[in-house]
Amino acid sequence: MIVQHAPKADILARREQILAGLRRILPETGVIGEALRLKPYETDGLAAYRQPPLAVALPETTEQVAAVMAFCHAEGVRVVPRGAGTSLSGGALPMEDAVVLGLMRMNRILEIDYADRLAVVQAGVTNIGITNAVHERGFFYAPDPSSQLACMIGGNVMMNSGGAHCLRYGVTANNLLGLKVVTVDGQILEIGGAHCDAAGLDWLGLITGSEGQLVLATEVTVRILRSPEGQRAMLAAFDGTEVAGQCVDAIISSGIIPVALEFMDRPCIHACEAFAHAGYPMDAEAMLIIEVEGSVAEQDELLGRIKDICRRFKPLSLKVSGSAEESAAIWKGRKGAFGAVGRISPDYLCMDGTIPTSRLPEVLRRIGEMSAACGLGVANVFHAGDGNLHPLIMFDANDPVSFHKAETLGADILKLCVEVGGCLTGEHGVGVEKRDLMNVQFTEPELDQQRRIKSAFDPAWLLNPSKVFPLKLPPEALEAARHSAVPMAAE
Amino acid sequence: MMLAPATELEMAEAVLAAHDRSEPVWVHGRETKKAMMRPVQAARSLSTRNLTGVTLYSPSELIVSARAGTLISDLEATLAAQGQHLIAEPPDFSALLGSTPDQTIGGVVATNLSGPRRIAWGAMRDHVMGLRFVNGSGELLHMGGRVLKNVTGLDVCKLLTGSHGTLGVITEVTLKVLPMPERRATLALAGLDPVQGTAALSAALGSPYAVSGAAYIPAALAATVPALSWMGGSVTLARIEDFAPSVVYRADRLRADLAGFGNAELLDDGATRAVWASIRDAQPLQATPGQAIWRVSVRPSAGPAVAASVQAAFAQAGFGASWFFDWGGGLVWIAGPANEAAHDAVRAAAIRTGGTWTLVRAPDALRTALAVIPPEPPALARISARVKTAFDPRSILNPGRIRAGHAEGEAA
Repeated sequence: MIVQHAPKADILARREQILAGLRRILPETGVIGEALRLKPYETDGLAAYRQPPLAVALPETTEQVAAVMAFCHAEGVRVVPRGAGTSLSGGALPMEDAVVLGLMRMNRILEIDYADRLAVVQAGVTNIGITNAVHERGFFYAPDPSSQLACMIGGNVMMNSGGAHCLRYGVTANNLLGLKVVTVDGQILEIGGAHCDAAGLDWLGLITGSEGQLVLATEVTVRILRSPEGQRAMLAAFDGTEVAGQCVDAIISSGIIPVALEFMDRPCIHACEAFAHAGYPMDAEAMLIIEVEGSVAEQDELLGRIKDICRRFKPLSLKVSGSAEESAAIWKGRKGAFGAVGRISPDYLCMDGTIPTSRLPEVLRRIGEMSAACGLGVANVFHAGDGNLHPLIMFDANDPVSFHKAETLGADILKLCVEVGGCLTGEHGVGVEKRDLMNVQFTEPELDQQRRIKSAFDPAWLLNPSKVFPLKLPPEALEAARHSAVPMAAE
Repeated sequence: MMLAPATELEMAEAVLAAHDRSEPVWVHGRETKKAMMRPVQAARSLSTRNLTGVTLYSPSELIVSARAGTLISDLEATLAAQGQHLIAEPPDFSALLGSTPDQTIGGVVATNLSGPRRIAWGAMRDHVMGLRFVNGSGELLHMGGRVLKNVTGLDVCKLLTGSHGTLGVITEVTLKVLPMPERRATLALAGLDPVQGTAALSAALGSPYAVSGAAYIPAALAATVPALSWMGGSVTLARIEDFAPSVVYRADRLRADLAGFGNAELLDDGATRAVWASIRDAQPLQATPGQAIWRVSVRPSAGPAVAASVQAAFAQAGFGASWFFDWGGGLVWIAGPANEAAHDAVRAAAIRTGGTWTLVRAPDALRTALAVIPPEPPALARISARVKTAFDPRSILNPGRIRAGHAEGEAA
């Protein structure tokens, strides 16, 4: 399980005064203190971990956020920021003595400027909400995490969310121009703006992906892009993961950067086909979904080149989508991959390492061996172009042994990712889930350098504590706590 | 006295020694950008010039790593041999800054310099996947990695990129690279005024045709660019780069879309390379040796207002201005007299339009006396000073390079 900092006894004792203080700042409906209504906030997308917070605050304006932060700062109260609560790494897991600051009521689109290709939105606008707002004029917001129907832009900024189309369009950090942020002591700051490349240090780059450790973001200026004329997907199926990996290398080496290049292994193909009926090849060991964009003629040209490359690797089948409907069916399986695995297993853990793409066959082989050794199934889906691997570990949450095995297997897979030259997380974030693995990737001086940056923004460590940075505890204490069923407290 | 260690361990030792003596050092590569930002007062200097060589290149993974002192020209040649390139199209300011042309990759990253492609494909900072650097305590640290997608821990790579050597001495960089386009072409519209020109660029950038460069050059300056002088009048330029059939198709479609702005001429691959290299390096400015040079970054539609405002203010004070737009109007290059009045006019124009400004080139005295970039609001300046201290507790790395006093630790 996960260890959190011990709750501050004086804060727990002053709970009623703190609630009263929040009610002086926010309207009645903006403060939640009753146990039953705190329940929905006790966990996020990483539902294995639960902890009801001290209270929930739901501000509607940046000024209210600033007032709540100033109040909590003055009272020494910890704050856990929350968007839609879709984090897969426990980035919004509350603490017993913390106020959850939810930004979901800040859901207005403030400005859309087609001439300058930008939109200014509040943090609680959903990812898809931005695209929906500009779609009519042929524009879109590029990063497209699988949770895009629910997840909010404020959370995307804090986790630097990716998606299936990062290879062409980049991740959140590459699609931002500015932020309005609130510091831990309640100051409002403008970072960047409607222009490129603010002079001076790149605060925008540092804050993006900082997992709520540095500041809260309340408004976001994003780049919107004109949609391509069209896009089309194709499927290529292979009888081995190695040749599929070689095919990916050959496509990129040829100078073609598809907008998406997704890889699924046999267990994942089977789970997705059962769910989506997309016509996935059931006899394949590996399958690629390759998407290109442009006019129909441009799509034909690129898909023709890609088919020629695929043929060099003796595919079991090649299937080019003939219509938007067929492309949608191909994507339905992939986008529903997590849900599909959820249908064949009571529970699953979704891992998120990145590896050098050239090491894929070796990594998949070793994951297969580890999976066999511990008796838990693993389905792999992989953003093959950028090396981001999502092994889905199937387990039974009602069986503590099964859960412990799944956690251990997950940690071993991430260590393998680092060992082959990759990293712990490509797009889900460290959160609480990967916190205690950070020293696999970083040396202590490297972690301390990051901790000092955190301290520069948040000297008392009130913002989203117990996440990202390993707690400095004796290893025995961590190990003992890991075997308990609820978040454990430690100093 | 200049030290130029040959290994990163020796670099770490050199920084540690300076730290122990609390002795400021001028951190640099080959000093090609010494004339930018504020001059550093330091008796000792520390160069990355001897840390050279590509340490990893995996074309199929779109990843290259090189030691900081590797020349951009060498790195670009290595990439070109595999048909790839640096995405941000880093400029060569040697002519502008009167330096040698041998800039290093460490210097380009430390200054976050990007060319025309920035508007479509991101800045240098968007492609820095990993860094090795020595902080001000002499610790050798590695942040990021050698993969394209990585959110593990704070994004220290972006913070170091563009920090002008004030937070650490970058010893090695890992970059995302992309295939070089098969073909390039440029549509050129003659005779538009700045507002029309910016509107045409906005239409081009807002089209589905993946425009990768968008510039406007007024008549007097366009006449000095060899590949454009034949056009007569101002020139509005939109570049397309991709596979050859796509370039032909998209140029055709875009020309039709822009018909309301006039009949666009098509510049071929060779002319396109020449024109955009010139724009990238700010050559159309035709700045004379005594002039100061500014870059103003604004929302693209505000470019004409900045130019008009600067031109009016300069005219009132009795001096001329030259300017042109890159980034669809969002980057205004300005050359004018090297004095405080001109500087104030540029600053005022940038502030009025919600943009940001950089004094790129000016005599040392002026760059020492004036702010070369905007100040940070007090709450951010306090954080900024603490972040500086978090990397460089004794404030020995390029003190005063970005701002006078500020971010040097005394506010911590």
